[in-house]
Parts: sequence; structure tokens; C-alpha cells
Amino acid sequence: MTGKERIARRIAREFRDGFYVNLGIGLPTMIAEYVPAGIDVMFQSENGMLGVGGPPTDDCADPDLINAGKQPVTELPGCSFFASEESFAMIRGGHMDMSILGAMQVDENGNLANWTIPGKMVKGMGGAMDLVAGARRVIVAMEHQTKDGTSRILKECTLPLTGQRVVHDIVTELCWIRVSAEGLVLTEVADGLDAAEVQARTEARLLVSPDLRVMTVNASA
Amino acid sequence: MNKVVQTAYEAVADIASGSTVMLGGFGLCGIPENLIAALVERRVTGLHTISNNMGVDGFGMGLMLEAGMIASHVGSYVGENRRLEALVLRKELDLTLIPQGTLAERIRAGGAGIPAFYVPTGLGTVVAEGKETRKIGDRTYVLEHSLNADVALIKAWKGDRLGNLVYRKTARNFNPAMATAAKLTVAEIEELVEPGELNPDHVVTPGIYVNRVVVGAAYRKPIESKFIQSGGAA
Repeated sequence: MTGKERIARRIAREFRDGFYVNLGIGLPTMIAEYVPAGIDVMFQSENGMLGVGGPPTDDCADPDLINAGKQPVTELPGCSFFASEESFAMIRGGHMDMSILGAMQVDENGNLANWTIPGKMVKGMGGAMDLVAGARRVIVAMEHQTKDGTSRILKECTLPLTGQRVVHDIVTELCWIRVSAEGLVLTEVADGLDAAEVQARTEARLLVSPDLRVMTVNASA
Repeated sequence: MNKVVQTAYEAVADIASGSTVMLGGFGLCGIPENLIAALVERRVTGLHTISNNMGVDGFGMGLMLEAGMIASHVGSYVGENRRLEALVLRKELDLTLIPQGTLAERIRAGGAGIPAFYVPTGLGTVVAEGKETRKIGDRTYVLEHSLNADVALIKAWKGDRLGNLVYRKTARNFNPAMATAAKLTVAEIEELVEPGELNPDHVVTPGIYVNRVVVGAAYRKPIESKFIQSGGAA
């Protein structure tokens, strides 16, 4: 199981029957594959769809039916289509139970950066700023460190922010971190790791929860 | 009443260089590809464009960018458009990035006679810099102003000669809002039907917002993720 798959499988365990969830581009999109059996989750795509289904076979791909990552998708029974202003009314209006998105940096205050590296990269915020401002719960799903081993969980973000004090939870292949008023609380660590090892790979200071548990992932589905 | 014009070229014939133009679509989905091709053929320049994305290298608004027609752009996402990213990093194109929901709502407000409104989006980030903020209840909001344009080029699925429009699946996106927010709205459609054929309960854009209707001559509709993977050959 890859690190990304571990993250996706762990977050899928947070879903409850009846949730409306927006999944960001990239790693978060993978989570849709691991929804626990017996639970109905409606995925929203901010380009204007509720009830997003999995990818079609190649010969059934419809250019008028894509997700926010511009990948072809399918319709689930009971899906609906709507315009962008309505899509973001439901996002901004607090109707989404959960928004799960990737990040380049997160910090001790729950700040998040994921849309630009000044002078180097201009990706654009797309719908990320609206999602973090409007969803009831914001979960960041990302690999713990960059490819060169730098921590992405910092004392303070150095990149331009996507949102200020917006993140509720951070999930990586190593751990689950809850953002609290006191700081970042380590609540789960991957099997075989301990809190000290996670802290060694993290720039931000981690408070260890008295109920620290092993991060179990959903093996089935 | 008959808003139908015969060709895309005719539909954009009087769009002046230097105009502010809204273009519907999300990525390459639901873009007015025939109207874009006609604009490129006309070589209109110095355009101020408003669109969520700017196509990709080799298709959609990417063609306008390659033809040097765009002076400034307002959107929410650059993504995989390498040419756009390079132009912005070299400061050769004036790009304003706006959160996608704020962009949609500013356009909606522009068409609805609402000059400004407050949103929570972007508070504490660069998009709120220099903007008025106000505490309402226990939360602070950012004042955002409406957006309008000289021209909106939009794409619908079916329409009639009165300008009533319906859309197909996720190709709706920014098109209905943009239809309301410009002095001149040109709708490109795939199929022209007789008035009365569209179920009035299903009409998304009532004809009052639309000035011209043109049936697109041909549709390529590439799927963006595949188009990029294949290097533009899909």
C-alpha cells in the first residue's frame, strides 16, 4: 500500500452516511474509491455537479461530463447539474459537510497554502479559497514531506495563503493531526512509528494527544 | 423576433479590439469553441478577458493567447496552461486571479444589478488586500464588487431563435451567469429548435439575456486531461 493510498483509505473512514463532500484535485480524488460499504456519500464537483461517479471506460467518456480536475466522470443515479454560482453558493453557504484538499504548506494556526510559489509557479486558487472558507470541516490530505525531505507542516506558512485559520485536520501517510486552539495535536500515528519519529520529520511543534492511537486504515472497499 | 445569425464569424464581426470579453467554460468543457475560432480569425487584439480558465496550449482560449490577442485576463486557475504561466512569470501578461466562487458571484451580481457584496472567502490572503472588510455577527467579510463586460461569448446545448437556452451536464458552469452580465451576449449552441420545443420549465437562460444565437459549425470538444496527456493530439 502506497503512502497516498494509506491517506485516502484513512480519510474515507471519516465519512458518514448522507455526507456531501468535495474532493480536491489529485490525492483527495482517490478517496472516492474507498468509501466504506453501506455508506452513501454524495461527492460534489465545483464545476457544477452533485453525485459524481467514477471514471468511465475510454469509449464512454463524455466531454460534457467532467470533474474539477477536468477528468471524465460518470453520473450516479440521483445526480444533479448546476451552474458555477450555484455550486459556490452551496459551498460558501455551509452546505458541504467536508472539503478535502491537498496543500503545499500547513501551519500551527491552521493556515493553508496551495496555489502559488511567487516567481516560480502560478497554479491559481481555483475553488480552494471558497471551499476552505465555506465547508463545515476542512481536511488537508498530503504527503508529510516534500520530495527533498522538507516538512510541509510548518510553524508558519511561508507561501501566500489560501485560507487563514481554516484547517481542521491534517492527514499524512505518517499521522493524523488535529488543529486546535492550543496548536497541532497528534492524535494518530502510522503503525510502527512513535510520536518522536513523527515530530522529527515535522517543523511545527506537535502536542501529543493523551489518547494517541495507531492510525488504522480501511483495508476493504 | 429572430436572434439567429448564420455564422460564428458574423456573430463576432463587430467585437472591437480592446473590448472586455467574458468567455464561458470550465477548462475545455462548455467553451464557445466556434466563436473563439472566429475571433482568432478576425485577429481582434488588446482584449480584456474574463474566464475561469484560459484553455490549454493548442485549444480554446489558448489559441487567443498564442495569437497575442489578450492584453489582460481575469480568472481563477492557470493550472496546466504552460504558456500562460510563463507569460505571467515574465510579467508579460496582466493576470488577476480571483477565487472561483467569488468570480462566479461577481459575474452573477453584475447581471443582477448588485454592485457589491460581502464574502468570507479570501480573508487574510492576498485576494483581500486593499479591500474593505466588515464584521457581521462573529465573522469578518471582504467586500467584492460586481463584474460586467462588453461582450459575453457563451456556449449552450440547445436554443431557439428567441435566445432561450438549455445546457448539457457540466458544460453549464459559468455560461448562464455570463449571459446576464454583458452588454452583448452571443450564444453558441449545438442544436437550434423551434420556439416552444424547449420545455419552459427546463429553460436555464431565458431569452431576454441573449442577443445573438449561432449554431456551431463543428465541435471538437477535446477532454482536457486526455488532450494534455496526448500532447494536443486527442
